[in-house]
Amino acid sequence: MEKLMLLGDEALAQGALDAGISGAYAYPGTPSTEIMEYIQKSKQANNRNIHRMWSSNEKTAFEAAIGMSFAGKRAIVCMKHVGLNVAADPFMNSAFTGANGGLLIIVADDPSMHSSQNEQDSRFYGKFSMLPVLEPSNQQDCYNMIFYGFDLSEKYSVPIMIRLTTRLAHSRAGVVRKVEKEENPIKFPDDPNQFMLLPAFARKKYKKLIELQKAFESESTRSPFNTYDIDAKDKSLGIIACGLAYNYLKENYNETDIPYPVLQICHYPIPIEIVTDLYNYCDELLILEDGMPIVEEMIKGFYWSGTKKIKGRLDGSLSRDGELNPNKVAQALGLADVHGEDIPQIVAPRPPQLCTGCPHADSFLALNEALNEYGKGHVFSDIGCYTLGFLPPYNAINSCVDMGASITMSKGAADAGLFPSIAVIGDSTFAHSGLTGLLDCVYEKANVVIVILDNATTGMTGGQEYTAAGHLEEICIGLGVEKEHIRVFVPLKKNHEEMVKIYKEEIEYKGVSVIIPRRECLHVLKKKNKLED
Amino acid sequence: MKKDIILAGVGGQGILTIATVIGFAALKRGWHFKQAEVHGMSQRGGDVQSHLRISDKPIWSDLIPFGKADIILSVEPMEALRYLPYLSPDGWVISNSKPYNNIAVYPDLHKIHSKIESLKNNVLIDADSIAKEEKATRSMNIVMLGAAAKHLDFSFEEFESAIQAIFAKKGEAIVETNIRAFKAGYAKG
Repeated sequence: MEKLMLLGDEALAQGALDAGISGAYAYPGTPSTEIMEYIQKSKQANNRNIHRMWSSNEKTAFEAAIGMSFAGKRAIVCMKHVGLNVAADPFMNSAFTGANGGLLIIVADDPSMHSSQNEQDSRFYGKFSMLPVLEPSNQQDCYNMIFYGFDLSEKYSVPIMIRLTTRLAHSRAGVVRKVEKEENPIKFPDDPNQFMLLPAFARKKYKKLIELQKAFESESTRSPFNTYDIDAKDKSLGIIACGLAYNYLKENYNETDIPYPVLQICHYPIPIEIVTDLYNYCDELLILEDGMPIVEEMIKGFYWSGTKKIKGRLDGSLSRDGELNPNKVAQALGLADVHGEDIPQIVAPRPPQLCTGCPHADSFLALNEALNEYGKGHVFSDIGCYTLGFLPPYNAINSCVDMGASITMSKGAADAGLFPSIAVIGDSTFAHSGLTGLLDCVYEKANVVIVILDNATTGMTGGQEYTAAGHLEEICIGLGVEKEHIRVFVPLKKNHEEMVKIYKEEIEYKGVSVIIPRRECLHVLKKKNKLED
Repeated sequence: MKKDIILAGVGGQGILTIATVIGFAALKRGWHFKQAEVHGMSQRGGDVQSHLRISDKPIWSDLIPFGKADIILSVEPMEALRYLPYLSPDGWVISNSKPYNNIAVYPDLHKIHSKIESLKNNVLIDADSIAKEEKATRSMNIVMLGAAAKHLDFSFEEFESAIQAIFAKKGEAIVETNIRAFKAGYAKG
């Protein structure tokens, strides 16, 4: 059968298309962006007119997906790990409402923070919400688990989380497709109050969710994705390998058999019965997981008062943080761990940087000059390409915390008496999480300057469209910013003096100013020109 | 048969296209293939790498373990050295000699070149100039693929048809330019 060469993300997307989704919802975020991008480029999605526009943020995306599920259709909502923090409210509550049409939450974690501001493990959210979690170990699993996940979701009327990590999200391999399924028809929930979380209903729903836990566990025990191989003779060690950690284990034994019993867990809650069996059968356990030691903690902390040694990220057998790899697994198993020559001293670091000619560069250089007289420490920034303004030669920003935090942090600092207090946020990040913060500023007439860097795209993730494009001034006016303190300029070297002057004038204004440096991202411009060629 | 290849360079230099061509050739043979890419922040002018694994047997890990790479194929000389911890004792370093200078202080190029030339198995060619001579300035990456071809155990024809298939969408002229670039690299490899 013909194989498609797909990234893990793309395999999930193709799986979703073939499993009959009627909508995909997302906000871009590495390493999850390619799921939605694949669907947007797909002819199949176009022919079926599947919903595939970007949402303002992960919360709005999630809620729209719940709405589609309410209407009886299958939906996916995709995000990076920190996106689930933004969507945590609808996520936790969706465990109570349950699903009508199948609902899958796809979350891509980024251990080692290749392109993220923190490292967190979404399986904790899975456990927190008491919903089942699927964790694919390879690209074919990604594809297959979408079908499996939707069936599970509709069988129990609950949302299901699919959790993967960067390595799988951004690695390509051959994937075989299944037969395309029909989309669900529109169908109301059997219980008209299913999505009504008034306390009286919610209490009942919580009890139902608790009751379901036994069924979820029994699904995990029987799951085709949780494989248990107890044939090995050496009982001195039992291994639990979660998700793609299993690949690193297999890599180390290559074509020879693994000498120890192995349980692969790709479907949670953890199958307690099997884990107990493995624990009783072996002298020690080694837990391999990409991310935080959640399975290790559960085994050590909650379920067993046993005395056997449990090895993993908590006892130092594996590093406590960072992405798992074959070498770390080799060390934990006491196998020979070879390395090539060290990186020669002469090799210099080559960090990412703003592109040559990037509009943000001009905006930062002018801002630096305007702030010269006040010294450093006045600029709160946000999540996007412009975070690279931290690096030399700009050294222009002093914070990067979470989506939208620039505006609200600048307000808090202004409340404390810091002057000037400047926020620098990208246009797409502003649409994602800046509006409500700006409203806070206007409400109190905070003495802040909000710089919205408008490059007409979501830049860092590769140039996606976003919801507020072309409407920034109207939005700011609508939120109550005074018209004469919304200033727009074109960030170019030749406009440097004008830019510095505008920055200075608005710094002097005692109230909320919005400055919009507006020039299109060079990558988006290039793409456009290519299309026109 | 199995080949583990680290592709190295700077964001935008076209290492993923190299991976796509090799992957296509591998797939044509019915081989297995895994290719871990770098997306996101690191693509903004930072160092990028791709782990490409091809084999006639199933492949487990998406990452090549340290000390196991058969080839480091780099489109930039300093970037070739960054991945030496991955190189197996008998592995090859095949690198472009032309630096991509987007950092404040680029190290002494002579020292970078002599370090590469001191390695047991190395190929160091000026792929930028070769591409220019072939009037294929944007195909430096394919010149490098050509230089590595003999070490990948695929025939010239297999690569030729892979290049044809991958670039077909962009028109016959682009296909021919890339075949020319490949041939020129092949001759130097």
